[in-house]
Amino acid sequence: MNVRWKFLLWLAVFFAGIVAVVAVTAVMIAAGLPEDEYKLALHIIDERVQIIGLAAVLLLGVCAGVLGWLFRNYVTAVRSLAEQTRIVFATNPEYRVDGRGGAELVDLAAAINRLADGYRWLKADVETRAGVSNARLEEERNRLAALMSELSEGVLLCNAEGRILLYNEKARDLFGAAEHSPGMRQGLVGLGRSVFALLDRDQVAHALDKLQSGLDQGVEFPATRFITNAVTGALVKVQMAPFLSAGGRIAGMVLTLEDVTEMMDREAQRRSLLQAFAAGVRAPVASLRAAAENLASFPEMNEAHRVQFTEIVAAESRRVSAMINDALSEYADALKAGLALEDMRAADLLSVARRRIEAVLGLPCAPERVPEGIWIKVDSFALVEALTHLAGRLREDYGVRSIGLRAAANGRFAEIDLVWSGAIVGSDALSLWEIEPMQVGAQQTPLTLKDVLERHGGEIWVQSHKTSHTAWFRLLLPLGAPAVATPRRSLSTGSRPEYYDFDLFRYADAVQGMAERKLADLHYTVFDSETTGLEPSAGDEIISLGAVRIVNARLLKHEVFEQLVDPQRPVGSAASRIHGIDAQTLAGQPTIGKVLPQFQRFCEDTVLVAHNAAFDMRFLELKEAATGVRFAQPVLDTLLLSVIVHPSQESHSLEAVAERLGVSVIGRHTALGDALVTGEIFLRLLPLLAEQGILTLGQALAASRETYHARLQY
Amino acid sequence: MTKKILIVDDEPNIVTALEFLLQRSGYEVLLAQDGEAALKQVEQHLPDLVLLDVMLTLKSGYEVCQRMRERAEWQHIKIIMLSAKGREVEVNKGLSLGADCYVTKPFSNKDLVAKIGELLASADNPGGA
Repeated sequence: MNVRWKFLLWLAVFFAGIVAVVAVTAVMIAAGLPEDEYKLALHIIDERVQIIGLAAVLLLGVCAGVLGWLFRNYVTAVRSLAEQTRIVFATNPEYRVDGRGGAELVDLAAAINRLADGYRWLKADVETRAGVSNARLEEERNRLAALMSELSEGVLLCNAEGRILLYNEKARDLFGAAEHSPGMRQGLVGLGRSVFALLDRDQVAHALDKLQSGLDQGVEFPATRFITNAVTGALVKVQMAPFLSAGGRIAGMVLTLEDVTEMMDREAQRRSLLQAFAAGVRAPVASLRAAAENLASFPEMNEAHRVQFTEIVAAESRRVSAMINDALSEYADALKAGLALEDMRAADLLSVARRRIEAVLGLPCAPERVPEGIWIKVDSFALVEALTHLAGRLREDYGVRSIGLRAAANGRFAEIDLVWSGAIVGSDALSLWEIEPMQVGAQQTPLTLKDVLERHGGEIWVQSHKTSHTAWFRLLLPLGAPAVATPRRSLSTGSRPEYYDFDLFRYADAVQGMAERKLADLHYTVFDSETTGLEPSAGDEIISLGAVRIVNARLLKHEVFEQLVDPQRPVGSAASRIHGIDAQTLAGQPTIGKVLPQFQRFCEDTVLVAHNAAFDMRFLELKEAATGVRFAQPVLDTLLLSVIVHPSQESHSLEAVAERLGVSVIGRHTALGDALVTGEIFLRLLPLLAEQGILTLGQALAASRETYHARLQY
Repeated sequence: MTKKILIVDDEPNIVTALEFLLQRSGYEVLLAQDGEAALKQVEQHLPDLVLLDVMLTLKSGYEVCQRMRERAEWQHIKIIMLSAKGREVEVNKGLSLGADCYVTKPFSNKDLVAKIGELLASADNPGGA
């Protein structure tokens, strides 16, 4: 019951009791009085009814005062103490209760605080122990994540419903949304997101069927592959293998992804080159042949005809020549080897080769001289083997005692030189070495130097410089493009991206309504917006949106949305002072019409969470007509949830709640910063809600609605 | 004095055509079908210019070219490499090994004759007229 009603009830009972005692006493006295004294008494009372009324009011005042004091110091104080105690034990063991109220309560508060100290110590001890075993688990997970991040293919792990359990950076880049939607650093790959948002559902389902039938037929490790269009337009080669639950059913699948767009483009180019060639060359060759056969078969033909046919031969030859030249220059790239060559710094290649030559052959190799910025397109392993093979030959057949390596750029090519001095090596020797299987130390490879050069589209020859008595093998290889440096996240810092979440295994798509679902099992998008002002209906606009996802009660700090928005109106200076965003920063940012559809995709299949959500939702709602984007999912408000668990606390501002629940506030008044704080708060509110029996989304929404109305009426 | 040109190619059709063309252009023509024979011809007849195909038996055109450049007394001989391959790396290799010019098949007779004339003229005026 509301404290206010309780107070009034008690006051009424207390006052009525005293009045009743006085009235009963008066009636009993009056009953024993003789007639005339009774009349006199009535008269006296009648004359002084004002004094009695005044006494009654005074009595009511005294009662209210006493009761008020009692309530303040005992009832309300006890309630507050209980709430605070719950904070200590459910959410924030660092919190200490303040004993306001009666002296007994101050004593009680002190006792609770001593208990809290003991509890904190105990909890810390348990946590230390749990921490040790968790650290071991975490280490294993990190090892797996590190392993996956090193793979050159993209990897996605999904459960049977197609929810992503684990992914690596490569997979994220493959479906990268850089130009697709700037705000979503994450793109469409994220824990708990559906793989069907990335790949064609039917194709994946078909592949799953194939895997299942493979399993049914007793194939031990079934795998299937297909090529599909990712939603980003990239052509992706997917290899899919199942992993099984204990019961032998498909529990999920591993997808290995490779972007084959470029390869397929080249393949298509090559095919169309061949077709164009076959068709294009036939016609002129037909004319050539007809004219030439005429000339050969009819030597007696007249001069005019001879001239005519000769002209035809000349003209058609020119046509075929031109055709070949055009086709070759146009499709030069398509004719390049389609093998997986990687771009590598020439300096790196040579230093690897030097170490290999020194290690395998024991042949001293001078430090290489390589100008900066030369990149080559290589199969580095094969090329290093080739250089080692050549160095080995030089030592064995010519007694060369030391060598050197150098590189230089030459037009569209890089010159890689293997240099030695003294011995003269003929080109016939090199020709032999080119076609024999390469020998590296004791190992013989089936590859020849010629194979390696062909694979690279390169050439080799031997050159010498008479006066300095030096000679060198020169390898001419196509230049490559500098590899784009991707910032590597350090493994040691605590900020490892959360690329994995095996708890999702337990997650099964619930067919029934969301209301029945446990709060802890749902996926959330916690968001915040910064605006030009506080009045959406008066034309204020969103200028920044920030959001973070919660999956399996974990805040995924690397799956975030952050986007500034051009409000297409001036930014108020008062608002500007709060969030520090001015018109200059916003110039050139996308408009809300562009941003909201992206944000909607980011929020797909999740419950929205915001602090004072009504404010943010109002802004979104006002944009519905213009953008056609509707946010129909359930919304939870951390402000209301805080009121539900701590009704006696005065402030429920983001700062106050954060402080109460032990959430450190960083980066306030940026949309993403506030969203992160709100997310932490939300996670800490969950156990407090559970204590009050609020476990499902339906219950949380109902309680929020009630609180909202209560606050409105207040 | 009539200039001597050695044609080294193992395809008889193109040899026939080139022989006819160069004789008509007023040159004395020598022939060789493979790399070894080519070096012998150079040794015996000391031509002014060699039309050298890259794809040869016994020794490749590149090798013949490199061998010729190793001999001081053959430095003045002009070398035009002919090839059906004509990728940029091969052109680069040919020129690096000492060829004066690299011509990709198919070519125009007129252009080839002009190139030969140009190279022989520069041989007569090494300083460049």
